Amino acid sequence: MVRIYINDQEYDVPAGTTILCAAKKAGIRIPTLCFVEGLRPIGACRVCVVEVEGVRNLVASCSTPVAEDMRIHTHTARVRRARRAVVELLLSEHNGECQTCERNGQCELQSLAAELGIREVSYRGEKARKRIDISTPALQRDSGKCIKCRRCVSVCNEMQHVGALFPQFRGYQTIIGPALGRDLASVPCVQCGQCAAICPVGAISERDHVEAVWAALDTPENHVVVQTAPAIRAALGECFGYPPGTLVTGKMVAALRRLGFDAVFDTNFAADLTIMEEGTEFLMRLRKAYVEGQQDVLPMFTSCSPGWVQYLEFFHHNLLPNLSTCRSPQQMFGAIAKTYYAKKLDKRPEDIFVVSVMPCTAKKFEASRAEMNASGVRDVDAVLTTRELARMIRIAGIDFQSLPDEEMDAPLGLCTGAGVIFGHTGGVMEAALRTVYEVLTGEDLPTPTLLATLDGIKEAEITLKNVRPEWSFLEGVTLRVAVAHGLGNAEKLIRAIEAGERQYHFVEVMACPGGCIGGGGQPRFTDNRVRLARIAAIRKEDAGKPLRKSHQNPQVKQLYEEFLGEPLSERSHKLLHTHYIAREPV
Amino acid sequence: MPDDAKPAGVFSAPCACQEVSEEDRYAQLDDILRTYRNIPGALIPVLQITQTIFGYLPEKALRKIAAALNKPLSEVTGVVTFYSFFNTIPRGRHMIRVCLGTACYVRGGKQVLAALKEELGIDVGETTADRNFSLDVGRCFGACGLAPVIMIDDDVHQRVKVSQLPRLLEQYRDKQDTTSKT
Ligand code: SF4
Ligand code: SF4
Ligand code: SF4
Ligand code: FES
Repeated sequence: MVRIYINDQEYDVPAGTTILCAAKKAGIRIPTLCFVEGLRPIGACRVCVVEVEGVRNLVASCSTPVAEDMRIHTHTARVRRARRAVVELLLSEHNGECQTCERNGQCELQSLAAELGIREVSYRGEKARKRIDISTPALQRDSGKCIKCRRCVSVCNEMQHVGALFPQFRGYQTIIGPALGRDLASVPCVQCGQCAAICPVGAISERDHVEAVWAALDTPENHVVVQTAPAIRAALGECFGYPPGTLVTGKMVAALRRLGFDAVFDTNFAADLTIMEEGTEFLMRLRKAYVEGQQDVLPMFTSCSPGWVQYLEFFHHNLLPNLSTCRSPQQMFGAIAKTYYAKKLDKRPEDIFVVSVMPCTAKKFEASRAEMNASGVRDVDAVLTTRELARMIRIAGIDFQSLPDEEMDAPLGLCTGAGVIFGHTGGVMEAALRTVYEVLTGEDLPTPTLLATLDGIKEAEITLKNVRPEWSFLEGVTLRVAVAHGLGNAEKLIRAIEAGERQYHFVEVMACPGGCIGGGGQPRFTDNRVRLARIAAIRKEDAGKPLRKSHQNPQVKQLYEEFLGEPLSERSHKLLHTHYIAREPV
Repeated sequence: MPDDAKPAGVFSAPCACQEVSEEDRYAQLDDILRTYRNIPGALIPVLQITQTIFGYLPEKALRKIAAALNKPLSEVTGVVTFYSFFNTIPRGRHMIRVCLGTACYVRGGKQVLAALKEELGIDVGETTADRNFSLDVGRCFGACGLAPVIMIDDDVHQRVKVSQLPRLLEQYRDKQDTTSKT
């Protein structure tokens, strides 16, 4: 322990604590801008400066550890002046209008200016050059609004191990972005949107699909259906004043109906369908490995996270054959809605307009992939992030808090608990094992093996006993599985696998930390506390479901009976599976 | 590499020689990359060597370097554009450097620079479209008594007046065919 004094009050804090952290524990708020808990301090903005007795210059509290007998002053006149100077300088260069900005009302630069009581900007600097980058289907970047805090650089490099963003040029010319200040599409960016989620201002956000959805809803001939991913119900409430972790499934359905969607469906239905296909594919790969000796078909990697899929497409071409051929639930839903469901309504695929609500920006990219037209037309027409849906609800004047709870529509709205847990890290694996284990042994999966924690890499083993006769070659086999979230963790796992240090049968990867509940399209701001709260909400929804295994979903069963035949059938193959592209990384 | 360190050895070939072909340069780069592939901290040395090979850092070379050193292209270009001694634009046949040391600066160096920019239509660090001239600034060439000073290639020009500049540049334009490649 170290004895320190903050604003003349005595505190004992653990050695190695930063001044910022010590002050926070003491109930003193020091403003920050570039600092993000959980990431290495960047030290770029100097908003967090404090005065330390005996030290001539002000020090950045986010990156300075405490020392014995340190006397710290957090809000002296000198400190206040320095912070104001920093923020006024940022404002003088900032090229944006709050009134028309996506971040209006929830912008960290705005609230910082308010917190510091800035009433005028005494510098008259040149404005940052405004350049809008809409080169990718997922993200919009506006260099004029960038305050060069470099959070996105940390996230893209450290957390995601992609490295699409980096400071370019120097001094006043500095821009934060892809190589040579070019467009995002010129570098390998997986479009996960974690940069958009962490950006304090309106410099990175999702490509807007709101207008396209309004237009579809306003066209009477369209039959507009909406699917919502599991992670939405666990986070949408945050946009309407509920604390993180509030489950708002019923109100969300009610809001979607009031927005005018003709049918409100659940991506979880397609998640159950995914488990049927992916579980069967896994069993097929096990057979190939154990009976036909084709060891290299294992491990199988999950394929529902489009950021992860593109990560392999860019950086690990040799692993593409190990990626499950299953489309993601979003795309399975689109294909089924425009074929099976359309037929039920006696409509053509092109008469159905499919909107998804996703926690994810990469889903916009996924929906735009050339091969995603199994129904003959684009399978998913528009993808809204959680944030965009919240915006639409507000624009429509819907008072979210006072909505009743409503139920999803049939037939694509029913799901089991297994479909729900797709929303958090480890969930797809758990859902798959619930079904696979039962198929193999006829019994329930012994207690959930993969806990919904935020450990970067989780592993589990299940030994198969009393397997059914047709699977006898698996008797006594110990299935080894692993789960990683955040592409940095995925990269670590891949390296361990490629070095032969680790061997698995099945690996789940989600590009975003925490899985979909921490996606790049979720309400800002997402930290680990928020992630855990959203995971708890998802677990609650799972626990409340009468059916908790995908193969029990009666509507999925019906879909197979009436339309698909069986998993991996020819029709399934056409509608529910896909192939991948090796992309040049530079 | 400092501006005035002309790579005399490796590539300013004896007069009988042809210009080193693009292919040869890339072959050389490949050799370098094989050597440096697994050496930590190799980026800056590799960039310096590459600049010696090509005279500047072509984008294609940067892509190769990024791939070989297993670094994102954005990081590589981030480093290249941070340091002023790296150049991503090919150098012109003639390098003009304007002294902006104190003496030159106060005695008209600034105006000379502005006039050169205007005359050539380029900014500091850039090269004219016909690849005749590149423009750069320097910090005192040791001829303060005769300020303002500019250097064109290895020639020092003293007491330069803005009005003389077009004629001065013309002399070099004429010489272009006989100048050795750098
Ligand atoms: S980024 Fe923030 S400060 Fe800038 S225009 Fe948008 S809301 Fe205003
Ligand atoms: S979307 Fe993901 S990969 Fe692309 S720049 Fe942002 S953080 Fe990096
Ligand atoms: S884009 Fe956003 S996160 Fe990145 S440096 Fe600019 S302001 Fe910061
Ligand atoms: S928050 Fe400490 S330097 Fe930015």
